[in-house]
Amino acid sequence: MTTKRSITVTVNGQQHQTEVEPRMLLVHYLREVLDLTGTHIGCNTSQCGACVVMLNGEAIKSCTVLAVQADGGEVLTIEGLAPEGGLHPIQEGFWEKHGLQCGFCTPGMIMASYQLLKNNPHPTETEIRRGLEGNICRCTGYQNIVKAVQDASERMSTSAETPVPAGD
Amino acid sequence: MGIAAMLGTPVKRREDPRLITGQATYVDDIKLLGMLHMTVLRSPYGHARINTINTDAARQLPGVVAVYTAQDIKGTVGNIPVAAPLPPHITSGMGRRLPLAEEKVRFYGDPVAIVIAENRYIARDALDLIDVDYEPLPVAIDVEKAMQPDSPILYEEFKTNVATSMHPSSEQIDKIFADTVANGGVIVKERFVNQRLAPSPMETRGVVAEYRKSDKALSLWSSSQIPHLLRNYLAIQLGLEQNQVRVIVPEVGGGFGCKLNIYPEEALASFAAMKTGRPVKWIEDRDENLAATIHGRDQVNYLEAAATRDGKVVGLKFHVISDMGSYLQFFTDVIAIAFTLPMLSGCYDIPNIYSSCDTVFTNKAPTDAYRGAGRPEATYMVERAMDVIANELKRDPAEIRLLNFVQPEQFPHTMATGALYDSGNYGAALEKALDIIAYDKLREEQKQKRAQGKLMGIGISSYVEMCGIGPKGTTPFGLYESARVRIEQSGTVIVYTGTSPHGQGEETTFAQIVGNALSIPQEKVLVLHGDTDSTPEGRGTYGSRTTSVGGSAVFQATERLKEKMKTIAASMLEASASDIELEDEKFTVAGSPQKSVPFKKVAAAANTSNTLPPGIEPGLETTVFFEPEACTFPFGTHICVVEVDQDTGEPEITRYVAVDDCGKQLNPLIVAGQVHGGIAQGVGQAMYEEVVYNEDGQLLTSTFMDYAMPIAPELPHFELGHTVTPTNVNPLGVKGVGEAGTIGSTPAVAAAIADALGVAHIDMPLKSEKLWRIIHKQ
Ligand code: FES
Ligand code: FES
Repeated sequence: MTTKRSITVTVNGQQHQTEVEPRMLLVHYLREVLDLTGTHIGCNTSQCGACVVMLNGEAIKSCTVLAVQADGGEVLTIEGLAPEGGLHPIQEGFWEKHGLQCGFCTPGMIMASYQLLKNNPHPTETEIRRGLEGNICRCTGYQNIVKAVQDASERMSTSAETPVPAGD
Repeated sequence: MGIAAMLGTPVKRREDPRLITGQATYVDDIKLLGMLHMTVLRSPYGHARINTINTDAARQLPGVVAVYTAQDIKGTVGNIPVAAPLPPHITSGMGRRLPLAEEKVRFYGDPVAIVIAENRYIARDALDLIDVDYEPLPVAIDVEKAMQPDSPILYEEFKTNVATSMHPSSEQIDKIFADTVANGGVIVKERFVNQRLAPSPMETRGVVAEYRKSDKALSLWSSSQIPHLLRNYLAIQLGLEQNQVRVIVPEVGGGFGCKLNIYPEEALASFAAMKTGRPVKWIEDRDENLAATIHGRDQVNYLEAAATRDGKVVGLKFHVISDMGSYLQFFTDVIAIAFTLPMLSGCYDIPNIYSSCDTVFTNKAPTDAYRGAGRPEATYMVERAMDVIANELKRDPAEIRLLNFVQPEQFPHTMATGALYDSGNYGAALEKALDIIAYDKLREEQKQKRAQGKLMGIGISSYVEMCGIGPKGTTPFGLYESARVRIEQSGTVIVYTGTSPHGQGEETTFAQIVGNALSIPQEKVLVLHGDTDSTPEGRGTYGSRTTSVGGSAVFQATERLKEKMKTIAASMLEASASDIELEDEKFTVAGSPQKSVPFKKVAAAANTSNTLPPGIEPGLETTVFFEPEACTFPFGTHICVVEVDQDTGEPEITRYVAVDDCGKQLNPLIVAGQVHGGIAQGVGQAMYEEVVYNEDGQLLTSTFMDYAMPIAPELPHFELGHTVTPTNVNPLGVKGVGEAGTIGSTPAVAAAIADALGVAHIDMPLKSEKLWRIIHKQ
């Protein structure tokens, strides 16, 4: 087995130093080493988006990034999106508009929406649909996800609070 | 809203907070002390003899704890259970599945060996070190060729791949067809392929098994739709008592029927945990999921329809061929027979229906229940038939449907197929859909577009489906559902349901049912499911049965406790129980509003017992098993509008209207969500999805790159409407909505695209290349 490498990653504001195999996927690092199981694995081949997290301020599919590539970086996962005990406006939008059923795609969907709204705070329906084309949901037919993102966009533009900074 | 969460209101789901914050626990989120990981070595061939398996190198890899093959589990792990084996061949063992293939592999993905290792990376590495000497055999892939005498045979001792063959005499229907022709009527014929689909819930399957040797106690966490059935059958497979097996179904990331099954990996992980004395986890990879979890649909169907000149359908004649794949899973053999054949009259009052059916083995993954399970196939045939007839008679498809519907006053109605429909008003749903979409205007617009050379199409589908299984005799184990309801001293109600929801939101719906019945806020109701140690014997979630059967059990149990509480309140208020009313969390004597006692106080009295009048048993707890007398038949009409790009053949849905009638709606938010998701899957079948094997039996669709499910930009905004036709087969008046969207949508989309291209029928999936070839006559 290849020798392990030491990496330092800041996840949800907390710094971790860990020895990992160079081949370990970032998603496995988050889920199995740090026990942050909110990030899911739906395909392992970069199609479904269940594993989306923010790495250094950009949404990435953590099933296709190695943990060692995150060395020195900052990661934001679903667990760190809202302050302790609270909900981020995107989470509120998903709840309010019934934007989830089984919930398995949801953390990735929310993180992808976070990226989308960061780039485009007032997206149209078409822009939302296009912005989420890297995320598959088998349950909802996407209609309520679109509504959830619209709802979040409204909440975010009216609320005084800014969304949690993503290390950028 | 009053104090109680009234039924019929769009209550936000109580499930969501844990799901949107990443705190929910799915199987892969479970980590036990000393846990090992299992991987499965699968056949790379569609059909091959296994000569030898050498596992030495794999066993020697550091970190590998064990490697097991069929030889190791022989006599210890029983076969994969089948819910209802049919004669003649199946009851004598044809299609019998061993947890690990022994002499032969019969499909790409067939499990051959398992590795148990310290972590999943090592377990995966070790698979490459197992050396299997296969002798490839010719494969049976095309189902109609598989029926021929010269086909390669999966189960040689039976000398055929045809498991059941039902061909009643067609003399009577043939005569009706001949008479129709003689009287100037028309006969249309069509062949339909209902292609093979992969259910593809976003969470793959997965299990964690833990075994305590001292008292032979097995705990199994599984991503399943059927905790109790899994427990019961797993106990048989492993030679344990039911009470020695505990199945826990944690959060489940979608099922759609594919988790209504007992798979080899459940018993294999359990076996490994029993052998190694350590917990074992197995999580299916997506490529395994697409190869080895059950597939759905896969029927080839022949239709002949006879209609009078003025459009009355007088007879339908079907031949149904069900491609079961390689083995029998739980319901593989009965999907076509029990769910397609009874629904072959659709919404229409057709006096003569004839069907014949063959069920056939091929070298592909087993097929079984996938959202709709046999009913989408029936609806697709019937609806396409109505369109083909309309096309032949140059009549409007809406008109032909209205002309042939069973009329509202005919219910309950026994169809020519033998199915007993509970209630319906098909015309109302169709008219409403036509209204919403402004049908006449739309046809005008279509004419204009056509004049401009644009390919616009409109498709209608009026569906009816059979839900809420089931009445006695539906399966050998009974398809009742259970609820245990307990009211604590504090007045909090705890519901333990035998159903096993996994995204359908029943924690919310059931809390609404209870809150409404007891006139308490739904927040004071807790709904628990999925643990066989705490919930009463149940049958699980599938077939759109959870609310109609499981919800009815919850309702009846609640009502029973309410009656008991009334008796207690009566004694506390010195009144007669028949005068006690329950409203706003208070029991009140009718006509004397000042005489009341809070709900909480009665709950406390019942639980503490000391103040109870003699003759009343302490406690507030009861269990109900609800077994419906009959099935429910939800229905509706979907209309789809498409435009197909001349140059690329790309179809685009420009409008989609769905009017569904699922009886009473307990939570319209959840109902709409079910309809949306259902439509998306039905559109997926119509336009994109297809499991493909090549002629050698290799699976060509083993990632989401090749198995294309709809993504957000490919779907339109759905416009929903509904009608409400209650049923009296359950006390809630609900029919079920989980599969409606899937059943209704596929034929609507298929019809719209055929209409756009001006042809009677095109087989699915209606991908751009296929359409381009038709447009350009290539
Ligand atoms: S798991 Fe990463 S994209 Fe699907
Ligand atoms: S909510 Fe189930 S996959 Fe999206």
